[in-house]
Amino acid sequence: MSLLDVRDLSVVFQRRGEQSFTAVDKVSFSVEPGQTVGLVGESGCGKSVTSLAIMGLLPRRGNKVTGGVLFDGTDLLQLRPNDMRDRRGRDIGMIFQDPLSSLNPVVPIGVQVAEVLERHRGMDRKAALKEARELLDAVGIPDPNRRLKEYPHQISGGMRQRALIAIALACKPRLLIADEPTTALDVTIQAQILTLLKQLVDETGTALIMITHDLGVVAGLCDTVNVLYGGKVVERAARHELFARPRHPYTHGLLNSVPRLDSPRGEPLHAIRGSVADNIPWAEGCAFAPRCNNVVDACLEGTPPLESTATGGDLRCNNPVSEEVAVP
Amino acid sequence: MSDPITRPGVAAPRDGADPTGTSERPASATERGIGRLGDRKKARLDELARASADKGGVSLVRDAFRRLRRNPVAMFGAAIVAVFVLVAIFAPLLAPHDPAQRFDELTKNLTVDSIPGASSDFPLGSDPLGRDFLSRLIYGSRQTLFVGVFATLIGLALGALIGAVAGAFGGWVDNILMRLTDVMLALPALLLAISLVAMASRSSQWTVILAVAIVNVPIFARLLRGSMLAQRESDHVLAARALGVKQRSIVLRHMLPNAMTAVIVQATLTLSTAILEAASLSFLGLGDPDINRAEWGLMLGVDGVRYFEVRPELAYYPALAIIVVALGFTLLGEGMRDAIDPKNRR
Amino acid sequence: MLRVIVRRLLQLVVTLIALSALIFIWLRNLPGGPVDALLGERATPETRALLTKALGYDQPIMVQYAKFMQRVLTGDFGNSIRTGDAVTEVMGRAFPATIELALAAMIIAIGLGVPLGYLAARFRGRLLDNLSIAGTLLGISIPIFFLGYLLKDVFTQNIHWFPPSGRISTGVDNTNITGFFLLDSLLTREFDVTADALWHLILPAFTLATIPLAVIVRMTRASVLDVLNEDYVRTAEAKGLRHKTIRGRHVLRNALLPVVTTIGLQTGALLSGAVLTEKVYNWGGLGTLITDSISGGRDYPVLQALILLAALVFVVVNLLVDLSYAVIDPRVRVR
Repeated sequence: MSLLDVRDLSVVFQRRGEQSFTAVDKVSFSVEPGQTVGLVGESGCGKSVTSLAIMGLLPRRGNKVTGGVLFDGTDLLQLRPNDMRDRRGRDIGMIFQDPLSSLNPVVPIGVQVAEVLERHRGMDRKAALKEARELLDAVGIPDPNRRLKEYPHQISGGMRQRALIAIALACKPRLLIADEPTTALDVTIQAQILTLLKQLVDETGTALIMITHDLGVVAGLCDTVNVLYGGKVVERAARHELFARPRHPYTHGLLNSVPRLDSPRGEPLHAIRGSVADNIPWAEGCAFAPRCNNVVDACLEGTPPLESTATGGDLRCNNPVSEEVAVP
Repeated sequence: MSDPITRPGVAAPRDGADPTGTSERPASATERGIGRLGDRKKARLDELARASADKGGVSLVRDAFRRLRRNPVAMFGAAIVAVFVLVAIFAPLLAPHDPAQRFDELTKNLTVDSIPGASSDFPLGSDPLGRDFLSRLIYGSRQTLFVGVFATLIGLALGALIGAVAGAFGGWVDNILMRLTDVMLALPALLLAISLVAMASRSSQWTVILAVAIVNVPIFARLLRGSMLAQRESDHVLAARALGVKQRSIVLRHMLPNAMTAVIVQATLTLSTAILEAASLSFLGLGDPDINRAEWGLMLGVDGVRYFEVRPELAYYPALAIIVVALGFTLLGEGMRDAIDPKNRR
Repeated sequence: MLRVIVRRLLQLVVTLIALSALIFIWLRNLPGGPVDALLGERATPETRALLTKALGYDQPIMVQYAKFMQRVLTGDFGNSIRTGDAVTEVMGRAFPATIELALAAMIIAIGLGVPLGYLAARFRGRLLDNLSIAGTLLGISIPIFFLGYLLKDVFTQNIHWFPPSGRISTGVDNTNITGFFLLDSLLTREFDVTADALWHLILPAFTLATIPLAVIVRMTRASVLDVLNEDYVRTAEAKGLRHKTIRGRHVLRNALLPVVTTIGLQTGALLSGAVLTEKVYNWGGLGTLITDSISGGRDYPVLQALILLAALVFVVVNLLVDLSYAVIDPRVRVR
């Protein structure tokens, strides 16, 4: 049995007086114990909303979540709020994008780590702080004794993200969700944080959902990759398969738009036209059609179904990039 | 946007200016795909193109107005203000009697502990001097508007001058002017107003107006200065400076207009407090001594309170009028603030 | 830290000196002026000249001011024109009354305002929120002296819950130590006096609390709404923390920071409001003193001292609020 099984998860935002907006549209994927799964896409593609829906962190009002999120066989969406509260931080940990704004500015780091332990492992403050020291040490924060008493603004961005990781892993959760954990960081720090995540995941056997727009992150970390566009999974493949033979024009475009050092001089950078906001104004077409190079009539008539491919992945496209065309 | 049907992807303006020319190849590909579409979908694509082209064209002010119009609470405030101003303008047409005239029918029944109530000729009865209360209430809107508007305008003008000079010049000019506003801010508003009126040897309508105006000077000065200072470092002013635009026209054309939005919002809110402060001064015996003047603050603060146990209506009606008008200006002002700065919308 | 305090204190002193100089010069140059106030307008030029000389008003203004400041520093603000009593003594009698009233109003405003503001934010858009928005808008739009009369009418005339005016019932024998009736009666264990004073205090305190209460509710609500949208609250939720922990440690501890500043600024509204409230309830504090010094011929020595005292209280309270930030907000402590 999968550790996490997301089935037909949909999130519809409904504001009074405004048109409803489907942010996540029947997304399904699963995560095996110890596996690292990537959710990739541009901002606005629904990847963060998916993770918040799994965690039960969407605002109580103004949205409708349907489908199923089976964690170890239990549907998290059916849990009562307080039962879900018991699981968050204990069974599932989460790391957010901006480490500065994600830490409480007026509470010392030590307390912010310790409070998870107090909550889920029943420790008293003293024991929790002692454990917090170990955790900070484990995520590579130098001089952890001093850091315990310091406030978020007093430490560097990289250290803040390490502290957030320490918080998320404090109770040894079986699943960790990392939402763009390196986006707000310097490039050199990004690599350190990714290495740390990889190491921790390997050591503890925690499954990881990696949410990112950065294909470099995917390449280094993920076993399976789900590419999201307009709230739908458009392509799913094992990491090597995806990088070697992207089938969906969007995936292809994403890979193509990564600048390469070995491309000839004068070769223009490839960009995908437009942005996620360029939706087609009617419901039935493929959301990527207005930006797609491979568009055919059928693309405007209806959303193509997600179909299995010969290589064991899934694809949602009428006119995929032919398999022979590898990445230039 | 010559042909959005065949090039739907070009709807986003930045793509049209794509210097590398990479958009050419995809365009032909798209043409191949969408060229044979049905008319219905062509029309829809047209719509899409227009919608996304419009997005860049709406100016901030128009955007703010649109948000303001959609805010029912702000519109309610605006309606109150509009009615108030209309009543003030058309007071002579609306009022059944002369507000200063003492009527024999009323004075003959008038004693210290009995003030005539409503009758067919005088719908709200008499005031303590035998004048028509309704007419005085209607005319009161004029004087109240007068006091509020002038107190606000004078405060705004002086404050804006100080703030603009401080913000535009900086340095020691700024320092001295700001220390001056510090001194004024060291006194709570009403106490400053009381001090100012008390220090004038004789009070009149203008001492009240000036006192309330001066209370607001430091607020406007600080507001305008803060806004100008923030803008001195902002990109659009830097850009103007880099283009060699003269200092004077940078201040007048670029910095002031932007700072004024915040000032206008503050002025709307100030109108409400100015009316309340004028009423408080009247209550403390520091108001306009002219007994013929019909002004809500005076009516409430002097007669209304003095005869509260005899005829509380003398207090209720002007108080209600003041509350509603103060509320109107507050709602409108806050609505404007939210419309200008949607980040702060709550 | 110490340097900040010293700098702020210096600024405060400079502000107060400048204010005193402004008031002093203004008073001396008024067309009526203190001489007229003492003698009335019909005095002969000879008596005027005599008094002007006797009071030292013929000397250069800077000399006069220097002498005035010299006396002020020894605690001598001159004598009241109206009663002839020493200004410090007159003020000393009125001061505790106003402070007692203002403190009670502040306790009401904070004690009701913060929870109400929090609840309004928490249940944004629901009935409680809409009611509190409507209530606070009314609170800042109503002339508070009118509200005072209204409350007085309802609670003392129609239903006799509270006494109409004064600080204590006539015939109640209270021991005066500090002038704070509640404190004195508690010290001497005259609990019937405490009850009586409290009974007199409630209506005026609620009246005076109106504006600060409305402002604190609005500020707390807005601030809590801001904080609820912060990423660190989401982090706290992701940790599965109990609701109580999130509310206290993560939401309120951050949300109340701007409220503290607001509370400092509301001291001004309290001082202003006290003047009005005291007149309504015949309270006999500084506010009453101000009204009396104005209406009974302008009593300039008293007015001058009152204005300076009000400024001192306002500025000192706000200084304390700013300094308290150093304790409650770690981000300030470093700077």
